[in-house]
Amino acid sequence: MTARVSFAGRKRSNGVMMGLCMAAAVFGLTWLVIILGTLLWEGFSGLSTAVFTENTPPPGSAGGLLNAIVGSLIMTGLGVVIGTPIGILAGTYMAEYGRHSRLSTVVRFINDILLSAPSIVVGLFIYEVMVIQMGHFSAIAGSVALAVIVIPVVVRTTEDMLLLVPNPLREAASALGMPRHFVIRRIAYRAARAGMITGVLLAIARVSGETAPLLFTALNNQFASTNLNGPMASLPVVIFQFALSPYADWQKLAWTGALIITLAVLTLSILARVVAARTQK
Amino acid sequence: MSESVSAAEIAAARPVSSTQGLKEKITVRNLRFYYGDSLALKGIDLPLYDRKVTAFIGPSGCGKSTLLRVLNRMYDLYPGQRAEGEVLLDGNNILAPKQDVNILRSRVGMVFQKPTPFPMSIYDNIAFGIRLYEKVPKSELDDRIESSLRRAAIWDEVKNKLNASGLSLSGGQQQRLCIARTVAIRPEVILLDEPCSALDPISTAKIEELIDELKSDYTIAIVTHNMQQAARVSENTAFMYLGDLVEFGPTSKIFTSPTDSRTQDYITGRFG
Repeated sequence: MTARVSFAGRKRSNGVMMGLCMAAAVFGLTWLVIILGTLLWEGFSGLSTAVFTENTPPPGSAGGLLNAIVGSLIMTGLGVVIGTPIGILAGTYMAEYGRHSRLSTVVRFINDILLSAPSIVVGLFIYEVMVIQMGHFSAIAGSVALAVIVIPVVVRTTEDMLLLVPNPLREAASALGMPRHFVIRRIAYRAARAGMITGVLLAIARVSGETAPLLFTALNNQFASTNLNGPMASLPVVIFQFALSPYADWQKLAWTGALIITLAVLTLSILARVVAARTQK
Repeated sequence: MSESVSAAEIAAARPVSSTQGLKEKITVRNLRFYYGDSLALKGIDLPLYDRKVTAFIGPSGCGKSTLLRVLNRMYDLYPGQRAEGEVLLDGNNILAPKQDVNILRSRVGMVFQKPTPFPMSIYDNIAFGIRLYEKVPKSELDDRIESSLRRAAIWDEVKNKLNASGLSLSGGQQQRLCIARTVAIRPEVILLDEPCSALDPISTAKIEELIDELKSDYTIAIVTHNMQQAARVSENTAFMYLGDLVEFGPTSKIFTSPTDSRTQDYITGRFG
């Protein structure tokens, strides 16, 4: 006495389900396409060599984004240089030395909070501990703020990637009589290399678009500056300032700056994927 | 048993080797092992004779792999695992706190259940271990690598692609690469933890041949679930059950006329 199953009914529910999923996907993608389309439309028309060779202009005159681009490169670079070693070492501790320790659990928990903390909080924090103490805005404070955002990303990816390294591989290395630090540096890092590099690339992509932490720390600078002890321009902050301004030429430059950041982040993401794909073979 | 030739028949066909007057390379005395609070080995006494193959058999969870991992102190990697008693290697207790585990592991090598090539070239897989202990000029290193790979019966298959990744080899080749890597650092004892359980019959046969070759130079301990394999490769067999060593003796005796009824039941396939 088995109840009859309605195969037609199943097919219908499957159709409805698939329809809903597709509609949601199309809805999401539409906005993405509109955003990217607008960016390309508005940004491309402003691209010229002047953008890369001249500094930000006063309203009403011609200029470019050179100081902002250079500032972004310096502060992002410095932030990654400060944050990556700390992140990798902390991630290594959690995945290798202190896998079952209480400290790891605590650090993991705090790291997860930091990972999702609003970046404006990070900016305010560095403002409090560095800018106020130093008495002025500075590029180094901006770099430290970016480093604070880099660290949790790198900690997380390092730990995750090291945990993916099969334990028998560590045992095999230890069985040869390899000291622990050797096993980690020469075997575990090597096996997890692609994932760890991907993590750093994603961290760079993440911080290169951050505005809030820089607003409170590096502020901005109308002029080209490589002085780490003084305020420095950056693309996100210049975009923020110019986009909100009433001047059409500034707004145009803001669009161009946004396009440059987007393309840079896109390149990094593609690079991260290529690196990740290469070792999966 | 599904195979046409039983383990007992294989063992009976082997030359009977007497353990009289043999040197004990490793002597295990009243070894107790704990995973946290649970007792996994309940006082094991066992000799491993120099340049002989000793097989550890028994149902899953009986402690044979645990015993093997005590012999190179692999358990040291994990907090909460500890061993009591004595394990003498050439008369020195390796469980003593002053024993340097890395030096111990250079003398007692290990090959694992799943092949574990390092993520580097075939050449570097072998060179890595050698460089850990010795500063060897390039030409000598090349010779050492070739002889290790020959020793592990894999040279002919890899000699033209030493720079290829170790991971590009087949499972059986990877396992022989791991044996070559172990042999390269010139240990005295080789521990094999179910080395063929992930391999096909042809690769298994190659590894068994290799074990036969290697025992002229090394003391070998092998954990296996395959009783025909134990019968084929070992001189002595230890049957373990629930953390106890039930019976130890010449393989031909264990498989043909065991004294303990549990051994009898296990080798005839009544349980396990």
